[in-house]
Amino acid sequence: MSNDLSPAFADPIADAQSCFRSVLDAMARPGHRHATSGVSAPAPLCDAAAAVLLTLADHETPLWLDPAAADASVWITFHTGAPAAPPAQAMFAMALSLPDLTHLSVGTDETPETSATVILQVASLTTGQRYVLEGPGLREPKVVAIDGLPPDFAAIWQRNHAQYPLGVDLILCAGNQLTALPRSVSIKDA
Amino acid sequence: MKGYNFAYLDEQTKRMIRRGLLKAVAIPGHQVPFGSREMPLPYGWGTGGIQVTASILGANDVLKVIDQGADDTTNAVSIRRFFARTAGVATTTATAEATVIQTRHRIPEKQLREDQIIVYQVPQPEPLFRLESSRVETKRMHGLSDYGLMHVKLYEDISRFGQISISYDYPVMVNERYLMSPSPIPAFDNPKMDMMPALQLFGAGREKRIYAIPPWTRVKSLDFEDHPFRTINAPHPCGLCGATDSYLDEVVTDNHGGRLFVCSDTDHCAERRAAGHVGTDGFQEAAE
Repeated sequence: MSNDLSPAFADPIADAQSCFRSVLDAMARPGHRHATSGVSAPAPLCDAAAAVLLTLADHETPLWLDPAAADASVWITFHTGAPAAPPAQAMFAMALSLPDLTHLSVGTDETPETSATVILQVASLTTGQRYVLEGPGLREPKVVAIDGLPPDFAAIWQRNHAQYPLGVDLILCAGNQLTALPRSVSIKDA
Repeated sequence: MKGYNFAYLDEQTKRMIRRGLLKAVAIPGHQVPFGSREMPLPYGWGTGGIQVTASILGANDVLKVIDQGADDTTNAVSIRRFFARTAGVATTTATAEATVIQTRHRIPEKQLREDQIIVYQVPQPEPLFRLESSRVETKRMHGLSDYGLMHVKLYEDISRFGQISISYDYPVMVNERYLMSPSPIPAFDNPKMDMMPALQLFGAGREKRIYAIPPWTRVKSLDFEDHPFRTINAPHPCGLCGATDSYLDEVVTDNHGGRLFVCSDTDHCAERRAAGHVGTDGFQEAAE
């Protein structure tokens, strides 16, 4: 056990609430960006990813952690208590690069809400490949720039979106910023 | 408040409800089960709405609570006081000033904005419950998007009464996928749900279900091509403010058949009167 475990939220109740409202708004308005605050993340996680984990994960949420982020495993376990799980059983997947979405739970016809949520850390939410989002929550198609997704992401997402109402939801994090892509949104390369 | 967590619920419960809310938003109209908690008021008084509000509320929020459109009824006053006490949030009766609006059975007349969230109290989240009593069956019907039963019910209404005889809790299709109960709002309010700029959250405490409609989402009231959905407007203006486009309550005023039609949305009515609009009964009130 390392002795230099960094603390969780400075103000656990207010910070979790404010982070949740950011995620809720991003999920309701896909592609809208929000800033998080209140936590300094353990390497290699970014602040937003750490904040989302603290806000949503606990002992009731099996978590798959990208092996590339193993250095943060002690911190996550200590602060959230989330049990480790293989991708197929995970409610949350914390990843540094897009995992194979077909390995994650997409829910069932009667319980689509049991699907996994991927918290994906990317390089940037303001520069990079541009995508056009369309779907519930967006009055008109919205263009977003995301750096750090695979080149064929639009095609990968289309396979996820095609299963609607089943499917995986994505929370994208970069630095202290986050946005979300629920399964209901369709994505094309801009 | 001493002895309680911020906004009454413990953080573990809030996290569970928050996770449910996120899934509900990702699957518009789908009922997500949640572990509804015992609240300090009985089921049927808005325990579902209160738990949703408690999970989203922050110290900077401004809360408005309405019951049948009114800010000053027992249920609305109690819930507003509850959060003023347990969360210390600012409260308001003005629709435009609120960031979170908890409602029982109405949608405010004033168009809501993108930065607002409306939380509905829901007694019965299952739109099919009068037609199919088994929850196992209705879950399967939602899974298969098999809503023929509801269309048959509407058709039977038309063949029997010449019109669809549902005046409140009028079923809607959300995002062209899920049949949803809009909670017992009058059918008059249904069109406001379609492409609403605000996020709509629904909480049913006794039935332990949460569901949601993201902003700018298609919400269609069920109907037939030759019997399109129509709202019923009372053939009266509001007696106090003269509004002809608002939903009215009928108030019996004496034992001789006297009655008064007034806006059910008290804030809307007060705002109009403050702006100088006067209805036929409003004059009398001012003269007394």
